[in-house]
Amino acid sequence: MTWLLEAVAVLLLVTLALGLIRIWRGPTIADRMLAAQLFGTTGVGLLLVLAELQQLPALRDVALVLALLAVMAVLAFVARVWRQESQDATEEGPRE
Amino acid sequence: MILIELLQALLLLAGVGFFLVGTLGILRFPDVYTRIHALTKADNLGLGLIVFGLLLGADSVPVALKLLLVWGLALIASATAGYLVARAARRRGVRPWKARNWENG
Repeated sequence: MTWLLEAVAVLLLVTLALGLIRIWRGPTIADRMLAAQLFGTTGVGLLLVLAELQQLPALRDVALVLALLAVMAVLAFVARVWRQESQDATEEGPRE
Repeated sequence: MILIELLQALLLLAGVGFFLVGTLGILRFPDVYTRIHALTKADNLGLGLIVFGLLLGADSVPVALKLLLVWGLALIASATAGYLVARAARRRGVRPWKARNWENG
């Protein structure tokens, strides 16, 4: 069973590394933020697997905190960063 | 016992598969809205399948409850974040990607 958990952890790490490409290239800042959120969720999964693999229950608490912080980051981004930028730009969004 | 381990392996591998496909979607999809679609699938189902896979091998009830709590938090988080980012993108005037752009280019 251990080798399977190790394989799962390695594959999750690979997806983390692939997600970094989008953070690097992302055309808009929102794309980078979405990739960062995927990064956070993958990290949570990785921590849960590692907690089982290494018999470290504390890692589950770390996963819980990381899940909370990931959503806080996105909330702060939408509420603060993107709104302030859009006040400078002209408002010509498509309305329906 | 072997059946439970088999099921656990299946669930874990399915979860990793969802994460891989979600990351591929983040990389390959053309605009913010479609990337949100890819992201929320990976968040909800990928993490959910991994949590259920680990749940089958959990030692005690509190551990199982904590795993479920993490998943529930991630569910609420990704739903809220997806909605907020999509609304902010629409307000800023990010145009949704259209199929004809793809045909022309």
